[in-house]
Amino acid sequence: MTERVKNLFSDSSRRPLLSIFYTAGYPELDSTAPIFQILEKSGVDFVELGIPFSDPIADGPVIQQSSAIALDNGMNVAKVIAQVREIRESCEMPIFLMGYLNPALQYGFERFLDDISEAGADGVILPDLPLLDYERKYREEFEKRNLSNVFLITPQTPEERIRKLDELSTGFLYVVSSPSITGSKLQMNQQRDEYLSRVQGYNLKNPLIVGFGISDRESFLAVTQYTAGAIIGTAFIRLLEEHGIDERKIEEYIFSVKGVEA
Amino acid sequence: MSYQVDENGYYGEFGGQYVPELLMPNIVELTDRYLEIIEAPEFQRRFQGFLRDYVGRPSPLYFAERTSDKVGYQVYFKREDLNHTGAHKINNAIGQALLAQKLGKRRIIAETGAGQHGVATATACARLGLDCVIYMGEVDIQRQAPNVKRMKMLGATVIPATSGSKTLKDATNEAMRDWIANPEDTHYIIGSVVGPHPFPDMVARFQSVIGAELKEQLGEKIGRDYPDSIVACVGGGSNAIGIFFHYLDEPRAKLIAVEAAGEGLTSGKSAATTALGKKGVLHGSTTLFMQTADGQVEEAHSVSAGLDYPGVGPQHAHLFSTGRVFFASVTDEDALCAAKECAQLEGIIPALESAHALSYLKVLKNDSDHVTVLNLSGRGDKDMETYMLHGLDQKDA
Ligand SMILES: Cc1ncc(COP(=O)(O)O)c(C=O)c1O
Repeated sequence: MTERVKNLFSDSSRRPLLSIFYTAGYPELDSTAPIFQILEKSGVDFVELGIPFSDPIADGPVIQQSSAIALDNGMNVAKVIAQVREIRESCEMPIFLMGYLNPALQYGFERFLDDISEAGADGVILPDLPLLDYERKYREEFEKRNLSNVFLITPQTPEERIRKLDELSTGFLYVVSSPSITGSKLQMNQQRDEYLSRVQGYNLKNPLIVGFGISDRESFLAVTQYTAGAIIGTAFIRLLEEHGIDERKIEEYIFSVKGVEA
Repeated sequence: MSYQVDENGYYGEFGGQYVPELLMPNIVELTDRYLEIIEAPEFQRRFQGFLRDYVGRPSPLYFAERTSDKVGYQVYFKREDLNHTGAHKINNAIGQALLAQKLGKRRIIAETGAGQHGVATATACARLGLDCVIYMGEVDIQRQAPNVKRMKMLGATVIPATSGSKTLKDATNEAMRDWIANPEDTHYIIGSVVGPHPFPDMVARFQSVIGAELKEQLGEKIGRDYPDSIVACVGGGSNAIGIFFHYLDEPRAKLIAVEAAGEGLTSGKSAATTALGKKGVLHGSTTLFMQTADGQVEEAHSVSAGLDYPGVGPQHAHLFSTGRVFFASVTDEDALCAAKECAQLEGIIPALESAHALSYLKVLKNDSDHVTVLNLSGRGDKDMETYMLHGLDQKDA
């Protein structure tokens, strides 16, 4: 784990933590750093930066579309890394790169880890990286570079597997709110509360961060009763879709989720 | 050298289970149970019963006399086109629908390119009383309109895939997204030997009935149970694996897979995966597929919707890289010519997919006693619009 990630999760006064997901290279190729700076200034706690992929099977239409546009803009792994380097000249917020396995494999997986770590990323979330491959092939490579690897769990994941995924994750554990792709509406129901409080009760090694379907203060508060924080993705991309990089709108939105007076 | 799947779900360096955690509960359940379910004698009795009385198996092995005269060696067609619903796809659809019932799943989803797998799945679901949702690329909905109507009449819901190239790859993405959102009551009937383990192995086992019948039929017809060569077209690779399956360890049978070259290997509009692809992770497995240097999946191009897929199944990737199967490719134009020739020599209008394999017959140079079996994977009814568009109904086109 990097110092940035250790500090983020050890400071309990900051909780609940708010993380924003957005796609690198969207809406414009060079939007990544300016958006990051606004998010940091608005009080976001950490960022998941999406590396776009042509066939994102865990994503709904909004994130798919942002990936397609980013790819049309010419985004690729090398450019994401260069943008992370640029961001690190002025910003300290932790960055988890989120994407699918194939672009990283084609870049060369160890070279990918070297370069993202050198540029100043803190970890990765690769939903289609199998637990077994991580354990057998990559775990040491991550540890050598102090990089976090974050696994996902879902309401259908059995307890034993949750414990295994927790053991292999560093930084945090990504708790998917419901069986759905990104961009589905959060189900406000007892079943979801039971799931989150069950996982809370496992006393896992990693802090829990909930994602999928969080869009506003109400859904943010609903899930962070049980967890260290939450991730907003689709709702933020929608905001960019509607208003472009509008500093005031972004700040207003972040404040409203965090419950901060403007 | 083993050509079959190992206990971790790999074929050599290909295969595996590269899926988001969201799909793992379903994949783990299938992995744990598929062999026990499909190897049970009662399941086999039911499955074989459906294949015989409902699908119409065994499919005939037909000596294509006029084709043989023309190419100068002995050509037999394995007549999968005569199956109920018109292609080999029904073998797998029935098998997986029966398996879904055993798993207690009431809702079936599937992707389709040419619509043959969609029709086969809709058929199996109608017969077994299961709900059925078919994902199909918007482009394919246009070019395979008769099959869309058939699926609807059979009671299936057809949902257009509107992302990316709007063809088979995108329909597959949409089906996977549906499965993520419906992890408990739904089974995904993948239509070819692609996807995460155990799909490639499971589909291969259901399709291997083709090769099993061939062994018996050849024994009767030519007095030995293997041919000198077998030719089959490859989209994802299910009809090819089906006919190759029992011959993988028979070195006397040369195995030839024919991919769609589209407008040509160097045209930028092709679907010849092994010629143009690289190793990577697509649709849940490590396999060969066409991709950019950045690892983005490239769009495939073929006049045939069933071959219009940028990848091949992991077992084919292994068979290609070990050299056990020879991979060739045939252009749109040559496939169209071969379709017309087959219609007029044999009185059989083949599916455009199968026409790719047919076209390769004239490339092969064999002695006159050489026996080749061509897997005629489907019939051409669904392709009549494309055939007419290319003037195949004209007398001297
Ligand atoms: C008649 C026919 N042959 C072949 C194929 C290609 O699939 P596969 O390579 O899995 O046999 C299709 C696919 O739709 C088909 O309809």
